[in-house]
Amino acid sequence: MTTIEKLTRKDFMSDQEVRWCPGCGDYSILAAVQLLLPELNAEKHNTVFISGIGCAARFPYYMNTYGVHSIHGRAPAVASGLAITRPDLDVWVIGGDGDMLSIGGNHLIHALRRNINMVVVMFNNQIYGLTKGQYSPTSEVGKVTKSSPFGSADQPFNPISLAIGAEATFVARTHDMDRAHMQFVLKKAHEHKGASFVEIYQNCNVFNDGAFESITGKENRQDKLLILQDGEPILFGKDNAYGIAPDPSGGIRIVEVAKEGMEHVLVHDAKKKDPSLAFALSRLGISNEEPRPIGIFRDIEREDYGTSLLTQQQNVLQKQGKGALDKLFRSQSTWVVEE
Amino acid sequence: MTLEADKAKINLDSLVIRFAGDSGDGMQVTGDRFTAGSAILGNDVATFPNYPAEIRAPAGTIAGVSAFQVQIADHDIYTPGDFPTVLVAMNPAALKANIADLPPGGVVICNSDAFDQRSLEKAGYAANPLEDGSLDIYKLYGVPITSLTLEACKGIGAKPRDAERSKNFFALGLVSWLYDRPYQPTLDFIRMRYAKNSQVVEANTLAFNAGRYFGETAEVFESSYTVPASKLPPGEYTNITGNTALSWGLIAAARQASLPMFLGSYPITPASDILHELSKHKAFDVTTFQAEDEIAAVCSALGAAFGGAIGVTTTSGPGIDLKSETVGLAVSLELPLVIIDIQRGGPSTGLPTKTEQSDLLHVMFGRHGEAPVPIVAAATPAHCFEAATEAVRIALTYRTPVYLLSDGYLANGAEPFRIPAEAELPEIKVEFATKANKVLPDGREVFWPYLRDEKTLARPWALPGTKGLEHRIGGIEKADGSGNISYDPLNHELMVQVRQAKVEGISKDLPDLEVDDPDQANVLVMGWGSTYGTIVASVNNLRQSGYSIARAHLMYLNPFPRNLADVLSKYDKVLIPEMNSGQLAFLIRSKFLKNVTQLNKIQGVPFKTSEIEAALITMATESK
Ligand code: SF4
Repeated sequence: MTTIEKLTRKDFMSDQEVRWCPGCGDYSILAAVQLLLPELNAEKHNTVFISGIGCAARFPYYMNTYGVHSIHGRAPAVASGLAITRPDLDVWVIGGDGDMLSIGGNHLIHALRRNINMVVVMFNNQIYGLTKGQYSPTSEVGKVTKSSPFGSADQPFNPISLAIGAEATFVARTHDMDRAHMQFVLKKAHEHKGASFVEIYQNCNVFNDGAFESITGKENRQDKLLILQDGEPILFGKDNAYGIAPDPSGGIRIVEVAKEGMEHVLVHDAKKKDPSLAFALSRLGISNEEPRPIGIFRDIEREDYGTSLLTQQQNVLQKQGKGALDKLFRSQSTWVVEE
Repeated sequence: MTLEADKAKINLDSLVIRFAGDSGDGMQVTGDRFTAGSAILGNDVATFPNYPAEIRAPAGTIAGVSAFQVQIADHDIYTPGDFPTVLVAMNPAALKANIADLPPGGVVICNSDAFDQRSLEKAGYAANPLEDGSLDIYKLYGVPITSLTLEACKGIGAKPRDAERSKNFFALGLVSWLYDRPYQPTLDFIRMRYAKNSQVVEANTLAFNAGRYFGETAEVFESSYTVPASKLPPGEYTNITGNTALSWGLIAAARQASLPMFLGSYPITPASDILHELSKHKAFDVTTFQAEDEIAAVCSALGAAFGGAIGVTTTSGPGIDLKSETVGLAVSLELPLVIIDIQRGGPSTGLPTKTEQSDLLHVMFGRHGEAPVPIVAAATPAHCFEAATEAVRIALTYRTPVYLLSDGYLANGAEPFRIPAEAELPEIKVEFATKANKVLPDGREVFWPYLRDEKTLARPWALPGTKGLEHRIGGIEKADGSGNISYDPLNHELMVQVRQAKVEGISKDLPDLEVDDPDQANVLVMGWGSTYGTIVASVNNLRQSGYSIARAHLMYLNPFPRNLADVLSKYDKVLIPEMNSGQLAFLIRSKFLKNVTQLNKIQGVPFKTSEIEAALITMATESK
């Protein structure tokens, strides 16, 4: 038995100087993670951070754990190979919206549907930072950037809707202005067995400053931020005056609780197998009048990919025993040539 | 007439037979079984399957013809033969597509039932070649294979459409009798392969036996032939395709290294059979992962390598282009990785089912920045085994990605494989880092991921999960030693040079290039990859005719063997036959300033011995 020494944030800080722009939202995410890991009793040597390319992707260099800074978009694929072969490790994937949804979109959706055991954390700042300010796959239509002087014509992805559509078993959103909420969501993502997808609204103060100010700014939160809590009625606004109720047309709608009565307000259930409510909630806030939900949209159980493979292997071993080369070489008909 | 037909058996020293039919006619199975039956008899065998890229090209058309050629012999052979001596054609299109290859006097066996007006038109025949005398220069046998098959299967209640499917087994039964192949292995095969459907087992068995009996009883065949056993070196053999040999080589190497293996792969012709084979072998601690694309396939393998597995990825053609960026990352991360390229005709989709050696320069240079990667090439189907163990050994020893080149011809071709004893397998030792390797000026002991082994220049491989060795690696240039990000100009130059030196240094640990030169020739023929068999056969033929020719074959293309410069300097003339426009020739010229003669064939099919012989005769005659 080894005694577990209580680690602190310092243990998880690498000796590398952090080089994001001063004021970047990435700093608060890094601090949240470094502070959280000791709480999770994570061990440095069993923790691996894997990233692609972009500002967010520098993250592994700042963590005193194992890490790979790979190539643009491919982090979920690199992490898949590691997580499948090394189920003993805690694998985290870090990337931005361009990295994960544009060049790496394919790998993200497949890692999620396979339910590979890892936490995928996507920093969404709705812009390309490292390449100095082009619109990204989450930038709003009409966004004026260096590469879209007349406004972006691209319809953006809704990352939460995408993840739910990709059969993800854990889907959550949080933002860089609320450390406690970030840590709550990341802790749950870490507890979840299988692939967890966490979108973090992150401010890029250099190229897209204030992108989420209208939602996450201190004075706007009350009206524009809807905090999902499992098992609780879905409420928001001053004094929780508003709630989310089923709409007779099939979707959901915003109601005044005083008018319609609490009994009509939906109770959040992230464990529901059916993804319709989670999906409907993910669509909230696309129009500026609606609040934007944060918290855990979906958290269901499904056997993770690595475990399925391991079970297959154990069954084979039980049936055939450990592979023997001399048997393998004689698995087809053979003949002997004498001296 | 009795079944013990007592017709004369004529001994042949070799036989090249080509089975051709519609791609739905089962010609690959037929050829494969004929080969297996011959291998069991102790013949040396070499095969060449040739099938269309379309899974089901329009039936009855030339585009839809699928063929399988096999040479069996009582002596060592190196190729499936330049020309068939026997052609089995299941329909007019198969006849039309293949008859030009048959020399006069060759045997043609046709399914005469298939030569109706419509089929003749589809194949572009104005008149029925079985009747118009156009095949008079051959020994022609028209056999109503379809109707005889239906007749044989009458009693089992199969629908005629289903029963007709067994006609390839009728043909196989017929040629098995004609060339004295054993029946039992095929009957066993039918029972096992189609075990799930007893009616198919019955129909195939009846058709096969009917074919045999037809040969025995019908008057059309004057005599049957037999090919006596060949004299392979003593040992136990099994008949094996290149892709199977390659898969087994990987498994054996993983076992020798005591490491798990991870294959990340995306289905592509003709590499997919390796994925199929390896996915069966979980009992050997092999994990196969069918990735979402070629990029994820190689990335997942690299991720597994970071975790301590032997990372392998397989592909062909365009897949290699897609993997290139990740191979560059592997060069930078200095992790072991084996990238297997079963070459096929390019560019782009090119000729997916045809063979070519046209990726050599791509795997040599096809990455941005200067990113050297060792290259190993397999020479024959059975040699794919050794090439695979070597690729794994080099990757593990030097912590580097390694390209393993095979091609469509080797992948699907088969030959006898001598089963190695466990003691004959190469020793592959891997040591993982377990403790700090550097003391800093302030006395702290730390782990530096880029502090190299002095001899191999390999960096330490520290697996996640090892306490105290936490480290970060990435694609950004790293400081020599510490591995921290470094943009220092001199450090970058140093790192580029060290990566190059590491790969070049591998040559110290490679065997010298052997030259087969019994009579001090002036002319050397040097090849690489699947041209081996044809080159050996050509050289043997020429020596029998009194020519002096030296022969060498490169298995290591990067780095080259240390004695290559010496070897090249000894010969006035060097011929390099390649199934490309001269890629090895390009490397040899630029590296050794040696002018070599090229012989190039880019037709999607292997060289014929006659082609190589003609080039060598010209060179040998000139140099006299
Ligand atoms: S460019 Fe934007 S996202 Fe990147 S480090 Fe600077 S502030 Fe942060």
